[in-house]
Amino acid sequence: MSATATSTSDVALYALRLGDDALILAQRLGEWSSMAPELEEDIALTNIALDLLGQARFLLTLAGELEGSGRDEDELAFGRGEREFYNCLLVEQPNVDFAHTIARQLLFSTYQLALYEPLTGSADSGLAGIAAKAVKEVAYHRDHAVKWSLRLGDGTAASHSRMQDAIERLWPYTHELFESDELVERLAVGGVAVNPAGLCDSWGQFIGATLGEATVTVPETSWRPSGGRRGEHTEAFGHMLAEMQWLHRSHPGASW
Amino acid sequence: MYGLPEERNRSQPAEPEDTALRDSFEATIAADERIEPRDWMPDEYRTTLVRQIAQHAHSEIIGMQPEGNWITRAPSLQRKAILMAKVQDEAGHGMYLYSAAETLGVSRDQLVELLLAGKQKYSSIFNYPTLSWADMGAIGWLVDGAAIMNQIPLTRCSYGPYARAMVRVCKEESFHQRQGFEILHTLSHGTGAQHEMAQDAVNRWWWPSLMMFGPPDDESPHTAQSMAWKIKRFTNDELRQRFVDICVPQAAVLELTLPDPDLRLDEPTGNYRYGEIDWEEFKRVLKGDGPCNRQRLEHRTRAHEEGRWVREAAAAYAAKRARAEERLAA
Amino acid sequence: MTSTELRDWPLWEVFVRARRGLSHQHVGSLHAPDAEMALRNARDVYTRRQEGVSIWVVPTAQIATSSPDEKDAFFEPAGDKPYRHPTFFHVPEGVQHL
Repeated sequence: MSATATSTSDVALYALRLGDDALILAQRLGEWSSMAPELEEDIALTNIALDLLGQARFLLTLAGELEGSGRDEDELAFGRGEREFYNCLLVEQPNVDFAHTIARQLLFSTYQLALYEPLTGSADSGLAGIAAKAVKEVAYHRDHAVKWSLRLGDGTAASHSRMQDAIERLWPYTHELFESDELVERLAVGGVAVNPAGLCDSWGQFIGATLGEATVTVPETSWRPSGGRRGEHTEAFGHMLAEMQWLHRSHPGASW
Repeated sequence: MYGLPEERNRSQPAEPEDTALRDSFEATIAADERIEPRDWMPDEYRTTLVRQIAQHAHSEIIGMQPEGNWITRAPSLQRKAILMAKVQDEAGHGMYLYSAAETLGVSRDQLVELLLAGKQKYSSIFNYPTLSWADMGAIGWLVDGAAIMNQIPLTRCSYGPYARAMVRVCKEESFHQRQGFEILHTLSHGTGAQHEMAQDAVNRWWWPSLMMFGPPDDESPHTAQSMAWKIKRFTNDELRQRFVDICVPQAAVLELTLPDPDLRLDEPTGNYRYGEIDWEEFKRVLKGDGPCNRQRLEHRTRAHEEGRWVREAAAAYAAKRARAEERLAA
Repeated sequence: MTSTELRDWPLWEVFVRARRGLSHQHVGSLHAPDAEMALRNARDVYTRRQEGVSIWVVPTAQIATSSPDEKDAFFEPAGDKPYRHPTFFHVPEGVQHL
């Protein structure tokens, strides 16, 4: 392998980050099943969760193949501990209420779409292929989030205040999305990864315009929590993982 | 499209005109043609349908809960995806059925209120708890299996919108039963603990599944009239027998036993004779004293209440937009 | 605004074009606060198994229908016009592509 060639373990780790984002958000959205504000919305949220779960399965499978240790999607999803998950903190934030869920969807899917569009041209054909399929799904997720953000922000006084609260509570976690590190920089040079630092402006413009139309004020925060990409998560994450992994781990080696 | 109920022709006591309407209704039924929303129909036909379709719709919606209980804990990503898609289908089926009921002049809101007030029922099967992952298999195989058996004849029901909703439901339902059978098959042929889990689930779900076909024919108050109106095509006991006959050989393939010591093949008829069903338990659960009746309604009520501000927000936004457009047009 | 206006999302009828070359067909109905959301919901509910390429949604209240009582006046005059149906016409044997 030459010095400039991309290391497959780097790509594996990158795929794991993307896959974990999708998996953890799907798991959160799955908690909405039978609890949505209306039947039609129950179906819509599940569609989004199923898209994300599908993306996660492709990405984790790819990561497992690249790392070459024989771990499949389930080993990676159910066998890793809390410190071995590399999703951003935003996606693990609890559902709280419909406004928080929509705000999280808006902030994340706008980022995910901005990321996946250029990723369709990745030098890694596996990543490019997954991004090409996902980009259409994510465009719909963002559209769903925008439509609801407008309705909640500019609906009733009660819905407005919930939406405003949700954006304020989640906003600090958006800074992490655009953080770069050595791994991403190495991969970006090789044309494999997209450096998220470059996505911040267009993301900010889109979110600003949407929230403006929704009559929601963009907060200013000095607090910039981060650590997900290094496996340092919020306390709520461990509980979520315990629930997700418990059954699989109770029967080592079993097939389902 | 369907008109408000008060605009409709309601049946009145014996005017000569009504006799003609009733004759035409009976003739349509006799010719095996469908009754459509704006046709004249006897009040009792309408009431029976509203009761049955609403109960069916409520069952789909309440039925999301026992399986939804395992979405976050599914043991593989593939199983998680399948289960989510299945529970989602149930929401869809509930919607199709509420829509069919709405063609009879009641709104979904009204029906949901009746459900939450405990004034309309849903299938008693959903008042049993899902205690292990194997219950996802048992529900798919037995509960969905029984439901399909009930539903296929309904695709030929005399009321058009109900029959059409059931065509869609049955088309989507086909994967539900198979995935359940597959879960049980995998568990039964897996580790010892998995096999035990599968057998325990079948033991708990078998009898409640048999109760899903309703009380025995001689105690089923609505059967005769419903069959005359072609809302119903087979009796409870006929369908129950067919279900047992199908399940026995399938259980053998699963290498699981059915928890009925009296189960045996009756050579002359080719039917399996089964033991006595505990109808007291059925009545108890139906009346509200099953293991999960309270939780199921509380859960549904909570979702409905917590969603209220969202539904109001969307309606308020729509009204604002409509007013803005009117101003622009003026 | 009354409380019912707040609570009730109106009913919409959904029509789906299953594939190019076919007309839109009625597939069912749903509740939605406005046309935009009705379209979204219709996509999720009625085309999640890729059943369609195009969707119409129409407020149920906006649809005018013929009354069943008018059935005779509406539809029966067509009953004595069999020449509207292609099977009415006799085609000599051997004629193809007609």
